[in-house]
Amino acid sequence: MTHDIAINGDNAVALAWRQIDPDVCAAYPITPQTIIVEKFAEYVANGEVSTEFVCVESEHSALTLCTASASAGARTFTATASQGLAYMWEMLPITAAMRVPLIMAVANRAVSGPININNDHGDAMSARDCGWIQLFSENVQQAYDNSIIAPRIAEHPEVQLPCLVNLDGFILTHAIERMTMVETADVKQFVGEHKPLYPLLDVKHPLSHGNMDGPDFYYPHKYQSVLGMEKAMEVTEQVFKEFADLTGREYHLVDEYLCDDAEFVAIILGSSFGTMKETVDQLRAEGIKAGCAMPHLYRPWPEAALAKIMKGKKAVAVFDKHLSIGAYGPMFPEVVTAAVDLDAVPKMYNVIYGLGGADATVAGFKKAMEDINAGKAPKITYLGVKS
Amino acid sequence: MTSLSLKELNKLPVRLASGHRLCAGCAESIIAKQILMGTADPIAVSASTGCFEVSTTIFPYTSWNTPYIHTAFGNGAATCAGLETAYNALKKKGKIKEDIKFVNFAGDGATYDIGLQALSGAMERGHRMMYVCLNNEAYMNTGIQRSSATAMGASTTTSWAGTLQPGKKEFSKDMTEIMVAHNIPYVAQVSPHNWRDTVTKASKGFAADGPSFINAISPCPRGWRFPSDETINMARLAVETCVWPLYEVVDGKYALTAESARIADGKVEKKPVLDWLNSQGRFKHLLQDKWEPVVEAIQGEVDRRWERLIKLSDL
Repeated sequence: MTHDIAINGDNAVALAWRQIDPDVCAAYPITPQTIIVEKFAEYVANGEVSTEFVCVESEHSALTLCTASASAGARTFTATASQGLAYMWEMLPITAAMRVPLIMAVANRAVSGPININNDHGDAMSARDCGWIQLFSENVQQAYDNSIIAPRIAEHPEVQLPCLVNLDGFILTHAIERMTMVETADVKQFVGEHKPLYPLLDVKHPLSHGNMDGPDFYYPHKYQSVLGMEKAMEVTEQVFKEFADLTGREYHLVDEYLCDDAEFVAIILGSSFGTMKETVDQLRAEGIKAGCAMPHLYRPWPEAALAKIMKGKKAVAVFDKHLSIGAYGPMFPEVVTAAVDLDAVPKMYNVIYGLGGADATVAGFKKAMEDINAGKAPKITYLGVKS
Repeated sequence: MTSLSLKELNKLPVRLASGHRLCAGCAESIIAKQILMGTADPIAVSASTGCFEVSTTIFPYTSWNTPYIHTAFGNGAATCAGLETAYNALKKKGKIKEDIKFVNFAGDGATYDIGLQALSGAMERGHRMMYVCLNNEAYMNTGIQRSSATAMGASTTTSWAGTLQPGKKEFSKDMTEIMVAHNIPYVAQVSPHNWRDTVTKASKGFAADGPSFINAISPCPRGWRFPSDETINMARLAVETCVWPLYEVVDGKYALTAESARIADGKVEKKPVLDWLNSQGRFKHLLQDKWEPVVEAIQGEVDRRWERLIKLSDL
C-alpha cells in the first residue's frame, strides 16, 4: 500500500529517516538543510523514532561523532550543506577510510565566498575525491527514494562506504511536490536490520580503529576502498532493481531521457535534469534530435553507462553547476574520459550554469543547446553570465 | 570505585600493553595506565592525534587491549561522544549488555588549542565520558612548538629564547578552570608521581553521572630538556613548587589533594619556582640576570593562582 503526499525535499528526507529509524543522528543547523533536522528533532521529541539525537556544536563534530558512532556499530545519519560540508572536509576522507556506512544528506548550496545561500553543486563536488558514494536527486521523490536506497548500498558487506544523498538547495529542499511514499513497514523491510562489521563496542573482541599507516599500508588501504567502490556500482544496480520491484520507480546508474535516437545529448545533475527534459521536448518540437542523461550515481562514476549513451552521438554537452576556476566544470573532464574509448568521439562541450543560484531556465538551456547543435558554441560556455 | 591496593590494581586487565613506541621517560603511558585503573568496567578509548596516538597504534600493530578509536586532531571529545552516543542507542535496544566507560586521551595542543570547541561542546551536552589531557605543555609530536598550555619563559621551537625574548611571552591558559566553568560533575588535576591520587580521581571521574575532565601534568624529557630517568621527580617537583597543584572540583566544590593539601595546611613547605626552572633545559636561559623580572613574574603568577585555589578550597 502506498499513497501520495505533498511534501518538500527536506521533509521528505526526514520522513525517510523516520521510517528507517536510525540508531544515532547528530547534526548542526545550516540553510537549506535545517528543515531536515528540525523535522527529525520533532520526531525525536514525540517519540516517533528511537534515535539518539545529538545537537553538536559544529559540523566538524557532527561528522566526527557520527563516524565514531558508526564505527561503534550504530546505524548513523547526518545532514549538512555548503559551509557545513566544507567544515566537515577534514573528516570526509577519514570517514571513508574507516569504511563506515554512514549516510549524509546534503542540501546542495554554493560554497562561500562570496557568501551565498542558493543552490549549486560546489559543496558536493568538493567532496568528490573523498571516497564517499554520491547519489543525486532530480526531484523530491528521488530525494526520498535515495534516502531509502542509500543505506542498502553503503551497508553492503563488500561496500562499507559512507554515502552522500544530494538534493538541490531550495529548488528541492523547500519546494513542495507531489510524492508517493512507501509504507513504513515496507521501508523497514527493504532497508533491513543493521548488521555492522567489526563494531568497536564489541568489548569481548577489542579492535583498534583509525590506526596510523605508513606507506606500506596507506596505499593498499586506499586500493581496498577502490574495490569497495567498484562493488558499490554493482550493488547500486541491484538495489535499484529491488527498489523498482517494490515501488515501480525505476532508476539507473545514469537516468536517460530520449537518448536512444538522439543526435546529441546533454549530461546534467540534479533538479536541472527536469529542466533539461523540458528543453529536449522543445528542441525536438523544432526537429532537433536532442536527449539528456543524469548520473543518478555520481560516485562511483558510471563511466561504462555514460559511454554507452554517448556512442554514435555527434556532440555531448556537459552541464556543470560548479567550476574549477582556471579549468572546467568538474564533471566535464570525466565525461570526456568516458568518451575517449568510443570509435568516434563526439564533439565535447562544457556549459557552466546556475552558480550561486543563478537562473537555470529552459530558455537558457535551449539557447546553449541550439548553439551546440549548430556548431557555434565555444568549448566552454558560461551560460547567462553578466560580464 | 576500584580498590586502591597495589595488589588489587595489579589484577585489573592490562589495557595498554607495553611495547608501544613512546620515548623513554615519557609520562603519557604511566598516566594512561593509572587512569585506566580507575574502573573495573570495560573501557572504550579514543585518542586525539598526537604523540600518544601515533605511538600506540602504528598499523598493523596496536598497544590497545580494549576498544580504541582515533579520527583526527581537534575532535577527540566528539569522537568519544560518538562512542558514548552509539552505546546509549545500542544499550537501550539490548544490543549491548555490558556497562562500558568512555575516555579520550589528548595532548595539550589537542585540548587547549585546536580541540577546545569540540571539548566544550561535549562537556556542555553532558556525555558520560572522561576527557584526559596529557599535558606536556607544548606540541611535542611535531617537534616542541608552543601551545597555549606552554609556560611563560619556556623556550620552544616557535617561542625561542633569544636575545630579544625570554622564550614564551605569555602565561599558560588555565584550562582546568575553563572546564570547571562548564559545571560538569568532576574536574581534577593529577600528576603521575602520585599514583594513588591519580587512580582515586580517575575512579571518581568514571563514577560521575556525566562528563569528567582530568588534566595531567606529563613531563617530557625531550621537550623540557631533562634526563629521561627524572620524569617522576619532575612531576613531583611541579606539585611541590605549586606550578601544578593537585586538586579536584566535585559538583563545583573545590578541594586540594595529596601534597598540595599538605602544602596549603603548612605541613610541607612550598618550594620556590626557581627550583622548577633550574631543573629543565627549556628554562635555563631564565637564569641570566636580564631575565630576572621574568622569573619574578612567573613566581608571581604561580603564587596568584595558588592563593586563589586555597581560597576556593576554603569555600
